[in-house]
Amino acid sequence: MYAQMVKSEGMKSLEEMSPEERAFQERVDRGDKIEPKEWMPEGYRKTLIRQIGQHAHSEIVGQLPEGNWITRAPTLERKAILLAKVQDEAGHGLYLYSAAETLGVSRDELMEKLHSGAMKYSSIFNYPTLTWADMGAVGWLVDGAAIMNQVPLQRTSYGPYSRAMIRICKEESFHQRQGYAIMMKMAQGTPEQKEMAQDALNRFWYPSLMMFGPSDKDSVHSAQSMAWKIKMNTNDELRQKFVDETVPQAEYLGLTVPDETLTWNEARGHYDFAEPDWSEFFEVIKGNGPCNEERLGARREAWDKGAWFRDGLTAYAEKAAARRAASNVAAE
Amino acid sequence: MTKKEWPLWEIFIRGQHGLNHRHVGSLHAPDAEMAIRNARDVYTRRKEGVSIWVVPSAAITASAPSEKGPLFDPAESKVYRHPTFFDIPDEVGHM
Ligand SMILES: [Fe+2]
Ligand SMILES: [Fe+2]
Repeated sequence: MYAQMVKSEGMKSLEEMSPEERAFQERVDRGDKIEPKEWMPEGYRKTLIRQIGQHAHSEIVGQLPEGNWITRAPTLERKAILLAKVQDEAGHGLYLYSAAETLGVSRDELMEKLHSGAMKYSSIFNYPTLTWADMGAVGWLVDGAAIMNQVPLQRTSYGPYSRAMIRICKEESFHQRQGYAIMMKMAQGTPEQKEMAQDALNRFWYPSLMMFGPSDKDSVHSAQSMAWKIKMNTNDELRQKFVDETVPQAEYLGLTVPDETLTWNEARGHYDFAEPDWSEFFEVIKGNGPCNEERLGARREAWDKGAWFRDGLTAYAEKAAARRAASNVAAE
Repeated sequence: MTKKEWPLWEIFIRGQHGLNHRHVGSLHAPDAEMAIRNARDVYTRRKEGVSIWVVPSAAITASAPSEKGPLFDPAESKVYRHPTFFDIPDEVGHM
C-alpha cells in the first residue's frame, strides 16, 4: 500500500499490559478516537510515525511519475485535469505530514529521513510512466488500490490520521475516475491507442498488486497494528477486493488482465489470481527498482534547489516582524 | 539547507452558507500572509470556503485530556436542557 511493511512494536496480551496500556487498548476496542495529547503506548506512537510518514512520502513522491506527463498531455483540458490531480497529491502529503507532526516529529525531520533513504515510500512509484496511457493506468489502478486501503483507514483509532484520511478519500474518487476516463478514451480509440492502453495495463497490473504488500497472515506486526486499529484489513483481503473490483472494469474496457490463471471462483465468490513476483518487490523496496534513483534524486534536487526560496521567505517574515515591532514601539 | 523550521498554523474556513469558521487542518508557513495563501491552495480548491482565518498553533490553549471528566461529565445529568425532555400534548400543536 502507500505504507508497506511498516514495522510495528511487539504485541502484548491483556495480562502482560500495564494498567495504562490495558485502559488504552480498551478505549481502542470501544472505538474511541485517540487524540494527540492523550496517553498512548510508545510503540503505538512510533509505529504511527513510521506508517503516516511513509504514507505522506508516497503522496509526494507519487507526484513525480505523473508530473512527467503534464507538459505532454494530449489536450489543454487533460493537462489542466492532470495538474489538478497532481496538486491534490501535494495536499495529501501535507495533511499526512501534519498528522504525523502531532506525534512529536517535525516535518523537516521526516523530509530528511526520506531524502537520506531512512524512510521508504510505496514501491509503485519506482516504475516509469512511458506513455500517456500510463496516466490512465496510474489513476485507475494505483489510485484505485490506494482507495481500497484508505477508505477503511478513515475509521483508524488515531484522530488526526482518521481526519486526514477522510479529507483524502473525498478527493481520491476524482483521481481514479479521471484515470479510468483516459483508459476508456484510449481503449475506444485507434488500434494503436488501444494497444497502448493494453500495454499500460500489462505493466501496471502486478506492481499495483504489490502495493498491498506481501501476505501478512502470520505477521506479528500486522496483528499488533490491527489490534491498535492503525491497520484495518490484512494485505490479502485488500488485494482480493481490489482484483474483484478491477477485473470487471478491465472487461468493460475490452482489455485483458495479464494473468492467464485469472478465473472466477464460484465457490469462494472471488477471483483466483496469480501472485506478483515478490522477489521483484523486495528488490524495488531495497532500492533496485527501475526508477528509485531518479525519484529520490528528483526529491533531493527539489529540496536543495528550493532552499534559497524557503530562506528568502523566512528572512522576509523576520524583517517584516521586526519592522512591525519597531513601528509599535514608535507609536507608543 | 534551511535549518529553521517554519511555524505551524491552524486553519479555519467559513463555508458558503454563513456558518462559523471551522477548523480544517494545519500547515507550515513563514508568516500569516503566506499561511493564508497556502491555506487557499490547500483547503479551498473545491470552493470549500469564502473566508480564511489562520492562527499560530502555539497561540492555542487546549483543555487537558485528563480533565475530560470534570469538564464535561456535569452536562450528562442535565437532560432537561434538551427540548425533548418535555412532553407537550399533540393538541397544543407545534412548539
Ligand atoms: Fe493521494
Ligand atoms: Fe490520488
